[in-house]
Amino acid sequence: MSDTIDTNRAPASQTGHVIPPVEDGGMIGSRVTLTIDGQEVKVPLGTTILEAAKKVGIRIPTLCAHPDLCEAGLCRICLVEVEGMRTLQASCAYPVHSPLKIHTHTRKVRQARRHIIDLMLSKHYGECYACGRNNNCELQALAKEYGVDFFRFGHPDKPLFAKDESSHSVIRDMNKCVLCRRCVRTCIDLQEVGVLEAIGRGDQTRIETFMDKPLADVVCINCGQCINRCPTGALRANDPTDEVWAAIDDPKKHVVIQTAPAPRAAIGECFGLEPGNPLTFELNTAMRLCGFDKVFDTNFTADLTIFEEGAELLMRLQDALKTKKGPVFLPQFTSCSPGWVKYLEHFYPEYIPNLSSAKSPQQMFGAVIKTYYAQLNGLDPKDIVTVALMPCSAKKFECNRPEMVDSGFKDVDYGLTTRELAKMIQEAGIDLPNMAKSDFDSPFGSATGSGVIFGTTGGVMEAALRTVIELVVGIKVENLFDHADIIPLRGMDGVKYVELTIPSVGEVPAILKPLFESWDFLKGVTVKVAVAHGTANAHKVMEDLKNGGPLSQCHFIEFMGCPGGCIGGGGQPIPTSQAIREARSKAIYAEDSAYPIRKSHENPAVLELYGKFLTEGPCSHKSHKLLHTHYTPRGKYIAE
Amino acid sequence: MITPNHKAPLTFATIEPDVGLRAAMAKPRADLIAEITASQLKGRGGAGFPTGVKWNLAAAAQADVKYVICNADEGEPGTFKDRVILTDHADLVFEGMTIGGYAVGSKTGILYLRGEYTYLRPHLDAVLAARRKKGLLGVNVAGKQGFEFDIEIRMGSGAYICGEETALIESLEGCRGEPRNRPPFPVDTGLNGKPSIVNNVETFAWATCILVKGSAWFKAIGTQRSTGLKIFSVSGDCKLPGIYEFPMGITVNKMLEAVGGADAKAVQIGGASGHCVPASEFGRAIAFEDVSTGGSIIVFGHQRDMLAVAKNFLEFFVEESCGQCTPCRDGNPKLLEGVEMLEHGRCSMRYLNELSSLGETMQVASKCGLGQSAPNAFLSIIKHFKDEVMGRTQGAAH
Repeated sequence: MSDTIDTNRAPASQTGHVIPPVEDGGMIGSRVTLTIDGQEVKVPLGTTILEAAKKVGIRIPTLCAHPDLCEAGLCRICLVEVEGMRTLQASCAYPVHSPLKIHTHTRKVRQARRHIIDLMLSKHYGECYACGRNNNCELQALAKEYGVDFFRFGHPDKPLFAKDESSHSVIRDMNKCVLCRRCVRTCIDLQEVGVLEAIGRGDQTRIETFMDKPLADVVCINCGQCINRCPTGALRANDPTDEVWAAIDDPKKHVVIQTAPAPRAAIGECFGLEPGNPLTFELNTAMRLCGFDKVFDTNFTADLTIFEEGAELLMRLQDALKTKKGPVFLPQFTSCSPGWVKYLEHFYPEYIPNLSSAKSPQQMFGAVIKTYYAQLNGLDPKDIVTVALMPCSAKKFECNRPEMVDSGFKDVDYGLTTRELAKMIQEAGIDLPNMAKSDFDSPFGSATGSGVIFGTTGGVMEAALRTVIELVVGIKVENLFDHADIIPLRGMDGVKYVELTIPSVGEVPAILKPLFESWDFLKGVTVKVAVAHGTANAHKVMEDLKNGGPLSQCHFIEFMGCPGGCIGGGGQPIPTSQAIREARSKAIYAEDSAYPIRKSHENPAVLELYGKFLTEGPCSHKSHKLLHTHYTPRGKYIAE
Repeated sequence: MITPNHKAPLTFATIEPDVGLRAAMAKPRADLIAEITASQLKGRGGAGFPTGVKWNLAAAAQADVKYVICNADEGEPGTFKDRVILTDHADLVFEGMTIGGYAVGSKTGILYLRGEYTYLRPHLDAVLAARRKKGLLGVNVAGKQGFEFDIEIRMGSGAYICGEETALIESLEGCRGEPRNRPPFPVDTGLNGKPSIVNNVETFAWATCILVKGSAWFKAIGTQRSTGLKIFSVSGDCKLPGIYEFPMGITVNKMLEAVGGADAKAVQIGGASGHCVPASEFGRAIAFEDVSTGGSIIVFGHQRDMLAVAKNFLEFFVEESCGQCTPCRDGNPKLLEGVEMLEHGRCSMRYLNELSSLGETMQVASKCGLGQSAPNAFLSIIKHFKDEVMGRTQGAAH
């Protein structure tokens, strides 16, 4: 086991510490004493005034600043007065290098902030009560804080821009944009996708896509990270809750919902709970009260994915190491993150053969529900409406991909984000945190800890390794890793790398017998795997691969489109930060360790599905038809 | 080449070529910087930062690569002196850049030329080629062993904001021309993250002159806080608009006399971003400590409508704000709207006061010098010409 790869995150902006403070290395003068509103505080050189003020409990309002993004200093809300300076300084972007006397709320400062808020409101079209971000809007909060009770410089009475509703995932309403450019910095710096940019000068400045094309027609990967960082309602997910309600209200429809682990770990935040309080079983009760007919756990198909994707990997390895049938595309890439998949389709289409053909758990579930489940319950699949609760905006695009109809119907009808389901629950008057707990419905009721950890970066790989170790090596994972926790795969490092030498091999289990005679080809092989989260890190890994760097020697790489993996998805509660993502991740691992079954290959419901329905086993003809897919080389070129 | 109506004899014409450069090379770097510092030369682009201090900071910065950047993005309305200097005295400017390169330890000079001055490019390229041929650029510049320096020309694309040094650097890096946060300053973190000095065309030319004639000569001219000579671009309602050279500290009155504008109603000093000085204040000195300018002097005669003047400047800023920070991007259109209300006699005194306090906010809250100075003209006009701007009849646009 080694950790030989540089695990620094790709852009500095992902760490949230862009101006690196010089830590006190015993050097004389590496710290400086500031006086902020009369309070003294000693900070490392290079600390921003904003950070220094936080240390002594002084809150300075901000808007364009975001802990995940590089500094901008452009909204000017965080201005403070520094003694001896004529102009006010943006505290978020001012690194201190000398002792300064700072005042955070003088008359000059308050007046400037008030003017800035008034100016923003003079261009911000819409009414708060008719906005998806009502009560969770940073502009609204600032207006309240600064006592705005009239529009000093006016307020638009009609929209200036048409909404861009072209995307299945992200809707842009530039009438609400305050040009803080968080979305631009998210897209360019944090995700390194670069769909959004400031265009035009002066009062003509806008945030636009390339040539102002609809979002659906550009290289947007639908990750929705921009939504999570938009301070206002200018960016939101494409919301299908009305359609879902209509299906629930329709007595002829059998509406089932599957829930992914990441939203369950975060939905409490929409109900005032601190991040890191999972409400998995309370949510089951709430969803039934909302009117969903069945409540299933996406973990079931996460475990199924491990079988399908794992068998696919082992087959690729067999081809590479034993039969030497070429060409073999290694490393294999995970395909469960639809943001990552579209990123690859746009930016590295030549690597599509490396993508696992296994569908994501969401899409597998849809296909299984409209076939196996329908058959089992004597339901006509046309009357079944499958809804997926996902932490993700890209899942909305994924379920609308034209090829995702292998059941003969649209496999997944609607993707709901965490925020949208929270809204439905609130609309139904349900007090989610205080619901009684209830279990998932059968036949997909049993789940494993491995399925749960799909929700955080490294989780898919950990689940895969748990299964590979046991099925191939034939020993208990616990013999190698305490409590089966594969710690090197965990945590928020941008790129993680693990090697595992297979000392000896066991018997091929019955379920894999149709595909493999023996594991001898794996004996003594050092399996190399890597994990990357956020497309900036994916970019880094892909460039390493292209250049034949160390990661090109990997056999399997987990990629997640969003920073932190699904727990940091574009459909998760707003706000987000590294600390919030870590808290959600912690909740995921806690849930994993509480499961009696921790490994995908031990999931009895999955084994039953193979026993009764996919009887030829993983990667067989039938499983290929229902559970596997193909991809579209999109490239970076945008059609007319 | 475009020649102004009036061109005063400039000191630059009396400077023998390459004497300054050789004088600079003969000095240790520290002494050279000390000479510039002693002259108290301040940035001629308008901001007035002491050149010696700037060079000293860049010289002290530890870096493998440093840049000398000449800001020839002369975009301030009413300014054309850099165009004339580059037309007639380009050698002095390049010489000054070379001196700067030697002073701070840089091998690379970049002249960022205003997009509208593209027609000057062949002329400047020819001057550079001739200098290379004479051994005044390249390796062992002017025979100085080990000193390597060359200059390239990069074109602007018509954005006023790129005259702001950090926006200029962003533009040079291929990015959208927008000002950066400061600190860090370019002398520390400039082009490509390397220490860079950004000086105006005229500043480099004066640096050359100082090396030829000595800091004492320069310092003896002008006022205590604004030393030396200054080139002015004079336009507007006067008999002899054109290029002038005056000592710093000249009064507005004296200048008006010289340019044939003695009966002026007001003078805009410093271009769109400058101040509008009314006749009652013509005794004021044009100097960093009083009313400062990068060179633009616009004379307004008695027939001029001051509200139209304010409107013209505000239209300029509404368009030329880079659009990055809130006060400048959204503040200027509000001031312009206010002027339009005034035109129709529909702006209450109360709202005018509101706008004037918004202007004050813009002065202290905008991110860069452009945004901070954008409301200057508006504020000075509504202050000095209140009766005129408030006196419109309702409904009657002027």
